[in-house]
Amino acid sequence: MYVYDDYDRAIINQRVNQFRDQTQRYLDGKITDEQFLPLRLQNGLYVQRLAPMMRIAIPYGTLSSRQLRKLAQISRDYDKGYGHISTRQNIQLNWPKLEEVPDILAELATVEMHAVQTSGNCIRNVTADQFSGVAADEVEDARPYCEIIRQWSTFHPEFAFLPRKFKIAVCGSKADRAAVMVHDIGLQIVKTAAGETRFKVIVGGGLGRTPVIGSVIHEALEPQHLLSYLEAILRVYNQLGRRDNKFKARIKILVKALGPEAFKEKVEAEWAYLRDGQLTLTDAEIDRAKGFFTRPDYAALDDQDLQAMALESAEFARWLKQNTHAHQQPGYRIVTLSLKPIGIAPGDITAEQMESVADLADQFGFGELRTTHQQNLVLPDVKQTDLLTLWRTLTDLDLASPTVGTMNDMICCPGGDFCSLANAKSIPVAEAIQRRFDDLDYLYDLGPIDLNISGCMNACGHHHIGNIGILGVDKKGQEFYQISLGGSQGLDASIGKILGPSFAQEEIPDVIEKILGAYVDLRQPEEDFVDTFTRVGLDPFKERVYA
Amino acid sequence: MPNIIKNNGVVQDDWQVWRDTESLPDQGKVIVPLALWQAEKAELQALGDVGVFLASDESPKLLGDDIALLPLIAVDFPKFADGRGFSYGRELREQHGFKGELRAIGDFMRDQLFFLKRCGFDAFALENTELEDAIASLADFDEVYQASIDQPTPLFRRR
Repeated sequence: MYVYDDYDRAIINQRVNQFRDQTQRYLDGKITDEQFLPLRLQNGLYVQRLAPMMRIAIPYGTLSSRQLRKLAQISRDYDKGYGHISTRQNIQLNWPKLEEVPDILAELATVEMHAVQTSGNCIRNVTADQFSGVAADEVEDARPYCEIIRQWSTFHPEFAFLPRKFKIAVCGSKADRAAVMVHDIGLQIVKTAAGETRFKVIVGGGLGRTPVIGSVIHEALEPQHLLSYLEAILRVYNQLGRRDNKFKARIKILVKALGPEAFKEKVEAEWAYLRDGQLTLTDAEIDRAKGFFTRPDYAALDDQDLQAMALESAEFARWLKQNTHAHQQPGYRIVTLSLKPIGIAPGDITAEQMESVADLADQFGFGELRTTHQQNLVLPDVKQTDLLTLWRTLTDLDLASPTVGTMNDMICCPGGDFCSLANAKSIPVAEAIQRRFDDLDYLYDLGPIDLNISGCMNACGHHHIGNIGILGVDKKGQEFYQISLGGSQGLDASIGKILGPSFAQEEIPDVIEKILGAYVDLRQPEEDFVDTFTRVGLDPFKERVYA
Repeated sequence: MPNIIKNNGVVQDDWQVWRDTESLPDQGKVIVPLALWQAEKAELQALGDVGVFLASDESPKLLGDDIALLPLIAVDFPKFADGRGFSYGRELREQHGFKGELRAIGDFMRDQLFFLKRCGFDAFALENTELEDAIASLADFDEVYQASIDQPTPLFRRR
């Protein structure tokens, strides 16, 4: 993991002091609500429906057991004893008090954490593939570059008041687990024929009101130019992005309006000033960043016969298949801890669970954890011989739902229960679906299905890129839900197509059942849901649902 | 004469911002809109010291070679949330080599001073604020990660 030096520590401590002073001036009436808004947002503090909400940064989803214990303590001392993992890998507290936020920031700083730029119209916390550094299909570890980007974007003087929020994701694996095609900037690490690292630069993707798949504007950017190129993109966006209408202010609208080619030309013209200047990354800096993400002290082990291990019990076998993934190191496995047990808001975790998980990270790994885009937690380095013991413990903690990758591992925003933007609730919809489809054999038979739920068109639940997307809409003060089908993330990302008129909340499980019934009837052997949809189109599903 | 923050101190300011784009001012030490400057450059120069302010949608590129003629360029912030002026500051200093006074005017706020300074601004016509207190915000951080005007070498080259 990255470890702060004196510079990093001084910067974060001064940030705490700065916000403490700003909060005091606000409470003293010296700063208006309007002026305080961007200041608090850039410190992670929202004002929500029921209370403030605080979003704490987990840069690129990497967390230590010590940090997780601190989060547990903070959630207990300053909140209601639980946290919520968001789709951008951050953790959110739903009930902090405004006056105590500077104290929370000071507590976070003691474990090298912060809430810098987790909200507001600035470069947000950078996200990454949660399996970075351990994934069997990895091209190169994304985290050193994420850390370099984190530092460059932290308090960037030029880009703290952008037209809108700005999100960067980096993926270093062949399978995209960071949704790089639907970020403001997506960076996909690729290798040249000679094995040299390059970045495919994708701009102008995004969800929300106007979902757009990003455009590639550089096929193979050399690592030393990473920051100067990002700075050029941001400078073009800062000057030309629309500011007259917040719904048209994201970079995706600018890239669409200019066309990706013309946008790229403007970036390259700006880059001409920046290229080869002081921002050019040095080998020493790249090596320094990589030095924090070296492979841990793995034991020399052989791979176990997982099929033989699975004979232990049917329950263990299910979990092993669904919730663990192939590791780079022989004898190890990546384990996903499901935060989707039925009856719990997807992504929620209690302080007690956080502490237990921190202990497990120490016991069954190297004290490191990951938070995921799918709102789960990951233990990245588990010895295969420990899997059975770990599974038993996770079962006791209610963190072993063997549903990772199935429809019941849904992404779900906090919705109308918590969020002041939402048009409709989303958590009860997720729960109703989970309860209807609690037959594991049926879920497994359906295969991988991404089901994503958003309570409004801001799309925090990423409904557009769900194979099945559910969007809460408001019709004359009543909550309804619109279904879309065929969305997908990954490098061939697609935006789902709207099925037709929306439904009442209580109808949703029946509607999903009809969609799944159509899929089961239409699919060819071994064909995933999204592939069947691509082959047959929307109409057969429409006919079944609206019959 | 009103006070402003300039070169890290509070000073009396003898410049006047002239927002009228139709008629000419009758004296120097005046900061005029870009459009007026472009239309009446010779007449304005005859008045003595004249500066130009850029509106938030007016890139410094529109000034062209005139940048070298001007002792003062101001950037007007119509709303503090409009951050285009931050990029204009760097562009003026880094790409156009502007060495004169770079002044922020309009609706920016005390808590932006540190970033404005980093982007090359050295004068701040901050309204309705206790300026002596506000100076503290120019020093919110002792250390920075990025390259910018006040620290052209990024931290990764200095560690």
